[in-house]
Amino acid sequence: MDYSTSLALLAPEILLAVSGLVLLLVAAWGGDKIARFNTIAAAVVLGGAFALVAPSVCAGASGPDAVAFGGQFRADAFAGLAKLMIFAASGAALVVAPRFFGRVGATRAEFPILVLFAVLGMSIMVSAADLITLYIGLELNSLAAYVLAAIRRDDERSAEAGLKYFVLGGLASGILLFGMSLTYGFAGTTNFGGIAVAVADGLSTGQLFGLTFVLAGLAFKISAAPFHMWTPDVYEGAPTPVTMFFASAPKVAAIALLARVSLEAFGSQSLAWQQIVIFAALLSIVIGALGAIGQQNVKRLLAYSSINNVGFILIGLASGTLAGASAMMVYLAIYVVMTIGSFVAVLLMRDGNGDQVESVSDLAGLSTTRPALAWCLMALMFSLAGIPPLFGFWGKFVVFQAAVEADLIALAAIGIAASVIGAFYYIKIVKVMFFDEAVDTVTGKSDTPHWALLAICALLISPLGYLLIGPLGNLADMAAASLAVAF
Amino acid sequence: MGGFPILSVMLAVPLVGAIACLFLDAKPARMVALAATLVNLALGVVLWANYDIGGAQWQFTEYSELFDGFAYALGIDGIALMLIMLSVFLMPICIGASWEAITKRVGEYMAAFLLMEVLMIGVFAAQDIFLFYIFFEAGLIPMYLIIGVWGGQNRIYAAYKFFLYTLLGSVLMLIAMLWMVNQAGTTYIPYLMEYDFPVEAQTWLWLAFFASFAVKMPMWPVHTWLPDAHVQAPTAGSVILAGVLLKLGGYGFIRFSLPMFPDASADFGWLVWGLSMVAVIVTSLIALVQADMKKLIAYSSVAHMAIVTVGLFAFNVQGLEGAMMVMLGHGLVSGALFLCVGIIYDRLHTREISRYGGLAINMPAYAVLFMLFTMAAVGLPGTSNFVGEFLALAGIYQANSWVAFVCTTGIILGAAYMLYLYRRIIFGEQKNADAAAMPDLTIREYLLLGPIAAAVLWMGIYPESFLAPMRADIEVLDARLAAAAPEGDAQLAIGEGAPAEEAHAEGEAH
Repeated sequence: MDYSTSLALLAPEILLAVSGLVLLLVAAWGGDKIARFNTIAAAVVLGGAFALVAPSVCAGASGPDAVAFGGQFRADAFAGLAKLMIFAASGAALVVAPRFFGRVGATRAEFPILVLFAVLGMSIMVSAADLITLYIGLELNSLAAYVLAAIRRDDERSAEAGLKYFVLGGLASGILLFGMSLTYGFAGTTNFGGIAVAVADGLSTGQLFGLTFVLAGLAFKISAAPFHMWTPDVYEGAPTPVTMFFASAPKVAAIALLARVSLEAFGSQSLAWQQIVIFAALLSIVIGALGAIGQQNVKRLLAYSSINNVGFILIGLASGTLAGASAMMVYLAIYVVMTIGSFVAVLLMRDGNGDQVESVSDLAGLSTTRPALAWCLMALMFSLAGIPPLFGFWGKFVVFQAAVEADLIALAAIGIAASVIGAFYYIKIVKVMFFDEAVDTVTGKSDTPHWALLAICALLISPLGYLLIGPLGNLADMAAASLAVAF
Repeated sequence: MGGFPILSVMLAVPLVGAIACLFLDAKPARMVALAATLVNLALGVVLWANYDIGGAQWQFTEYSELFDGFAYALGIDGIALMLIMLSVFLMPICIGASWEAITKRVGEYMAAFLLMEVLMIGVFAAQDIFLFYIFFEAGLIPMYLIIGVWGGQNRIYAAYKFFLYTLLGSVLMLIAMLWMVNQAGTTYIPYLMEYDFPVEAQTWLWLAFFASFAVKMPMWPVHTWLPDAHVQAPTAGSVILAGVLLKLGGYGFIRFSLPMFPDASADFGWLVWGLSMVAVIVTSLIALVQADMKKLIAYSSVAHMAIVTVGLFAFNVQGLEGAMMVMLGHGLVSGALFLCVGIIYDRLHTREISRYGGLAINMPAYAVLFMLFTMAAVGLPGTSNFVGEFLALAGIYQANSWVAFVCTTGIILGAAYMLYLYRRIIFGEQKNADAAAMPDLTIREYLLLGPIAAAVLWMGIYPESFLAPMRADIEVLDARLAAAAPEGDAQLAIGEGAPAEEAHAEGEAH
């Protein structure tokens, strides 16, 4: 395979990288005054990258034609679908961010650029077919994310979030690198295909250790229990648009990466990692649900909710089948929409002075004072709880279907029973909004782009979303199938 | 009906009404809600009139591969028809009952009720197992709001309890459904009803479904959400809860547990019988000591539902028919009793039994109607509940005479607590001046209770109208259960008859 073909497969990444660098220069000379231009330009670039990826996803690209640079990079339908979600979620972050930063007086021209670099990192992550590529993508994304968390330098909480994220993220990268080095040492290659060949006859102890550490490092990135501790603090401290970004795009990337490592590199040894994934899944569901119960801050609560959701996504992976991988992608797509919707709703919570309010008690009686916001938030909460006929139910449905088809009935039964614990705090939010006396804190004017985004999310998770089951399921099936062809 | 998608229309009318109500003020919202429910009642009558008794098992079927993974499949048999009729009959009455009692957030209230109607009809009409589940589960949302927003003092606790209890029951059923679909390769309920699942798997599947339906039913000891939910819900909420929502459990047994897992149903018959016997005695005794009218009726509902479960698990035609008739009769009678409670609650704003007394003097018309419904709840011949209870108990007698014996005491206890309630409220001295000053029924209240009274008597005097559409379906179910049906304990041996006398023989020839 020659370089031109490889470069063509990398077109979206090249677009992201070049425009990120150009915009960086523009920002260096233009200063914060041109932040608006940068945001629009970054959004256009993301749109362009989306358009470049979309055809390969719809065509179900797979096999050797999608492999670039001698097997280091794979632009198949699985990576493509994850990229589409990443681009869309990042675009949403760009849409909501300027108003927010404008209000708090922290508009910075670097914000869209950092988002672009983070997206580039994620894009490389999901396409990685080699441990080195994987690490480069992961670190590029992480470094951009640390800065994003601390982008409000004058805000103590933001700085704290950035620092915490950096220290713990560094630790996770270390664990991951350790695992990768063990894997390389005992498999003799960093290529996923090569690793798959090396472990085909069973795992040696060293390989098993390598696998375990790699999974632990990745569990950090997706904030699966027991490596979830950083999530609530970072989510609470980071500026809300950044939190929204963290909760959506990087999760997609890290989960897709985890799926590729597990199913491609260690696909033949699924019994070895299934236990770990099952453990992390159930623990995430339970800890995410129990941890959220006492939370007073909405962002913290949503952080625990994301831990909880990761648990459900991991159930799809735990089934170890292609149907499970497809179910994960469907769940991820729905999860991204629900997460963006919830955080946009948080952004819309502003008091009379236009300042953000984040406490659950501020929502009291919202249904009488701001009915439209309350109804949208209620739909999102019931959807996150997985109550039909909202679309969030479908995500849970497909992962549990995959688990049942893989004969993991006990896992499915325990997992779904634990989801009832999670339902408690979701309906608590509904209770606060609908049953409690109005406190009328949320009176601030809201921005049109926020409303538009919330309306789109609410529409997608409404029962109308079920009409998308067919196309979405098709894309996810093709994406999962491209995983199988790879080795 | 020539391809007219009447079931879809019956789903669409209240749905459109619900969306409209959300954006309307109090007055137009009430009108829209009433109009939508009346249109649906009319459609229901058309449905019944066009139902071909003795025709195909599944009628008015609609099928569309609208979704990937499950189908939009609707269709009804006689059992579903009767339960749909019950729902559409009670809905306008519920709207009427809330006409004046609900003053805050009327639009949202009406929207929640109309949504409830959509979901109930959907549950009974769904022919796809996942479509059924979606309708079945979705009912949690409007009911949670109805109890929580418009309920009484302790409404938040009751709303939580209702939601989480029923959710925990149903999610396990979802896993069982996923397994069944994976095994049988179809989501179409009529096929699944004929599919023979492996006997050892049936046990687990049956238990998973039982977890859901027992909570919905509700069976002792998982009934505790019901009194809380009932007491705190507004009157119309209680009517819908008792009238239709409790029937979802029974419908689930008759549509899923019995035909899909006949062997497991027979194996677990003792469990159902045992829980039902306990329920009949215990909840009747609890009802006897209640000081709160709504709580009393709520506990009596649990006792009546226990008669339904023994009827269902009697594995014979009488038992099944009886269970269905009790469900229909109880839907009407308990709904009417909650309305009766609501009527005096609206006047005095207390459900405390001791605050009333001697209402026969100032509210004679109310006393008469309340008497009728009290007698119906007791199971007096000529009223709806007699037919059902008699059939159900006759059915269980063939299966196990001891269960029949214990459950029949429920009728005696029922008479005790209902008549005791009636005496304390309607008869006796007029202890409280404010209760003595309450006016008699208004025209609106006549319009609410009158139709139910007529239906109760109709069902009691000529039950054939209601039994006829269900007969064929119950026979199909009975045939499906025949192989697994447990042997009755009353082995009536036909002994050597006395030698027939000549005259007798001649007499018979005539």
